[in-house]
Amino acid sequence: MEITITINGEQVTRDVEPRTLLVHFIREDAGLRGTHWGCDTSNCGTCTIWVDEKPVKSCTMLAAQADGHSVTTVEGLEKGGVLDPIQQGFIECHGLQCGFCTAGMMLTGRALLDENPHPSDDEIREAISGQICRCTGYKNIVKAIQWAADNPATSEVTA
Amino acid sequence: MTAVDEAPLSAAGNPIGFGSMKRVEDQRFVRGQGNYVDDVNLPGMLHSAILRSPFAHARIVSIDTSAAEALPGVVAVITGKILEGIPRPSLLGDNFAWMPTLSYDTQAVLATDKVRFQGQEVAFVIAESRYIAKDALELIDVEYEPLEPVMDAKKALDADAPIIRDDKGQTDNRITDVHGNQTWESGNKEATEAAFVAAAADPNCVIVEEDILYPRVHPAPMETCGSVAYLDKVTGQLTLYTTSQAPHAHRTVYAMVAGLPEQKIRVISPDIGGGFGNKVGVYPGYVLSVIGTIVTGKPVKWMEDRSENLMSTSFARDYHMKAKIAATKDGKILAVDVYVLADHGAFNGVAQPTNFPAGFFNIFSGSYDYPNAHCLVEPVYTNKAPGGVAYACSFRITEAAYVIERLVDCLAQELEMDPADLRLKNLIKPEQFPYTSPTGWEYDSGQYEKTMRVAMDIAGYDELRREQAEKRAKGEYMGIGISFFTEGVGAGPRRTMDILGLGMADGIELRVHPTGKAVLRLSVQSQGQGHETTFAQIVSHELGIPPEDIDVVHGDTDQTPFGLGTYGSRSTPVSGAAASVVAKKVRDRARIVAAAALECSPDDLEWELGRWFVKGDKERGKTIQEIALLSHSSLELPEGVEGHLDATAVYNPPNLTYPYGCYICVVDVDPGTGQVKVRRFIAVDDCGVRINPMIVEGQVHGGLADGVGMALMELIAFDEDGNNLGGSFMDYLLPTAVECPDWELGETVTPSPHHPIGAKGVGESATVGSPAAVVNAVIDAISPFGVRHADMPLTPANVWRAIQGRNVRTDMAVE
Repeated sequence: MEITITINGEQVTRDVEPRTLLVHFIREDAGLRGTHWGCDTSNCGTCTIWVDEKPVKSCTMLAAQADGHSVTTVEGLEKGGVLDPIQQGFIECHGLQCGFCTAGMMLTGRALLDENPHPSDDEIREAISGQICRCTGYKNIVKAIQWAADNPATSEVTA
Repeated sequence: MTAVDEAPLSAAGNPIGFGSMKRVEDQRFVRGQGNYVDDVNLPGMLHSAILRSPFAHARIVSIDTSAAEALPGVVAVITGKILEGIPRPSLLGDNFAWMPTLSYDTQAVLATDKVRFQGQEVAFVIAESRYIAKDALELIDVEYEPLEPVMDAKKALDADAPIIRDDKGQTDNRITDVHGNQTWESGNKEATEAAFVAAAADPNCVIVEEDILYPRVHPAPMETCGSVAYLDKVTGQLTLYTTSQAPHAHRTVYAMVAGLPEQKIRVISPDIGGGFGNKVGVYPGYVLSVIGTIVTGKPVKWMEDRSENLMSTSFARDYHMKAKIAATKDGKILAVDVYVLADHGAFNGVAQPTNFPAGFFNIFSGSYDYPNAHCLVEPVYTNKAPGGVAYACSFRITEAAYVIERLVDCLAQELEMDPADLRLKNLIKPEQFPYTSPTGWEYDSGQYEKTMRVAMDIAGYDELRREQAEKRAKGEYMGIGISFFTEGVGAGPRRTMDILGLGMADGIELRVHPTGKAVLRLSVQSQGQGHETTFAQIVSHELGIPPEDIDVVHGDTDQTPFGLGTYGSRSTPVSGAAASVVAKKVRDRARIVAAAALECSPDDLEWELGRWFVKGDKERGKTIQEIALLSHSSLELPEGVEGHLDATAVYNPPNLTYPYGCYICVVDVDPGTGQVKVRRFIAVDDCGVRINPMIVEGQVHGGLADGVGMALMELIAFDEDGNNLGGSFMDYLLPTAVECPDWELGETVTPSPHHPIGAKGVGESATVGSPAAVVNAVIDAISPFGVRHADMPLTPANVWRAIQGRNVRTDMAVE
């Protein structure tokens, strides 16, 4: 079946099997490999992206279900060569180590801040509780999201 | 030296040397530009999937692959029988159906005769897409004749136990190591036994015994294991992209396993999404991707799914320990004796570097000064997945630290002594270093009491005890748990340590370009540790070149010198030392070049960070960047000096480094539900000189979460039929942000006296040290119910049962 998904503002039209998972469509059909896959059971949240601005685990959704919808991935965070504050926060606060869960964590953090610009630490912990990180023990992820909350306009220009 | 001088900052604002510095690698990761194995896609690449056994123990009667082969898009279906027919020109067996393990045992690549654990590899499908490969698995018809499995290690040696390794002609389930031993013993048996006899007869002494299980857990990095293999049949070059913590060691193993010439093998470990020991072993899946490219002539990708990861590659622990401790009634420890029944699964696949096949378990005497310690380890086969040494365990120091720290708390309870006082009374004193432990380890340095007092100060220990007493009076159950651990990390000295005969020295190469920019080529492999940042800082510290001017290359055997990889917290102790040594070689060469340029003797020159200058005339000097260019110029150099500054080194560590720490955990337990809330966690680590404190703290945070996970929720258990009960993230629970507290860290700095920059490894410290602190806190909370010990994981159900006085086997789904 032919589907069209708008990913990071660009329309991607592909002929896919109806059973194709959204995470596989993003990675293999659209070729955007910043979205990762980490479990079979929607527990780890590594594959978190946005569908219509809401965080979704892209392994729980068929690509066909996203037909006609808008998807944002980690590659869509940086705008005009400028990092989103959430990206800068993860760098500033050492919010990542191996980098595998990072895309999903940043997208959840960004979505949280869009709804609640000044969350408490507990609210941040609750927001990312559907996602697993094995490296950081979460403390610096919480700090990174708080950094982005504190520096909404701060950004780094890419060379 | 107690701390590091603050390094000057570069133009980019980075420390020229040690200090917290943002990570170089983050730039690609936050943009989604990392390059993990599953991101590797080669032209014409095929995909694959592995059919796995649903039984823990069964004879394979027949395998019919015809329907799978007929599925459009399937390229090949490989079984063990096919592998048996592929001759292997190698010393390690004559066909591909079996491969050697890292402990000189054999492991089936694809089962031929029997399956020996649930999830074992039975057939390998290569197809045009991963969906088709998975579809084909459903079409393979395997007839099994189920056999009784051995799931309980305690029954593995029963006379009527089914024999697991009949392929080797075994008549029991004992493991025989490469030395011919079936038990592994360490320490002074006679003196330890005599100490217990004497203590038993002495009314001023006590003996405390406890059965302590360290259950089977799994490192579960977020990225599962996988590989992409491509054999170019014209050149004979095999390129293997793989999730490997040890690319060079893997290259050598593939040369041995596949019989391919080693110079034709290139192993590339790109970005690795966490390892924690899961990516040390060589797994059938990797080997099958290699066989797949040999068979098809095309690149073949294999990626585990999560269940495959949890069920087949690299479990950790599974140590059933009976421990006893003797002490005087005023709390002086006299002796410790531990018996371990070690469940190694169906194939003895542990990676361990010493002649003592239980790895570093015999460091179990811990951080205390007493003369007598002994352990006896009895390994057995069971119908479980192979592995054992993984999950940031420092070669089984997790088990060692856990058993002694649990035992000391049991002793404190018996003596009605505060566990902090008991520890302070027995800690090794600073003047005793280097300290030779009763089992022969030479601890290099430490200020144990100082570190413990820092932790107690941060915790407000006395105030916590007062709060606890008040709460108990109100029927509220708060617990305070302490753990004090010592690790030996940085394997290791070549004279005593190797893996599969490969000594554990690490090579390194430093190139300094004419413009003074440098490239450091490492043998160790980051899985998130930030090597591209910290190793540049080491070179920067030695040469004064800003870290942003130093690129670090790793993860490609064609681009880097040989070394055994990253595990056992060995990167900084071994390769970090190599980086310092090679940079000092460059500095020495630079001195000769500078002397030639300044027309003086090298002896007349003095070094300050980044430049050589003439003694007594500080203005007359040359920066390292100027010297780099001069080294490429027509400047006349002394005879025998050829020019250029590039250097190589191999570092063979004289000893391990011994990081240590004191952890204090505060929990609140609801006795009605058994629910544990970790309220606070204080961690004071001493890992010697810290290259990048931000990264050190990050690694500690991660390990502390591991400790909360293992203590409270993580478990690979089995039922009696052999079903793995932890085979997905719905069953294998990992801590999230809501179970983890806001870690409170402190530090002391006691440099390693033998390491070139005084650093010690730290990557596994928190995983090693924290589980005991959490468990000790929970037991402390529920001790008013008469509980002295309960096994991990302390789930609400298990805590509740412990409060009810019920003994629980956490590792088996039986009561």
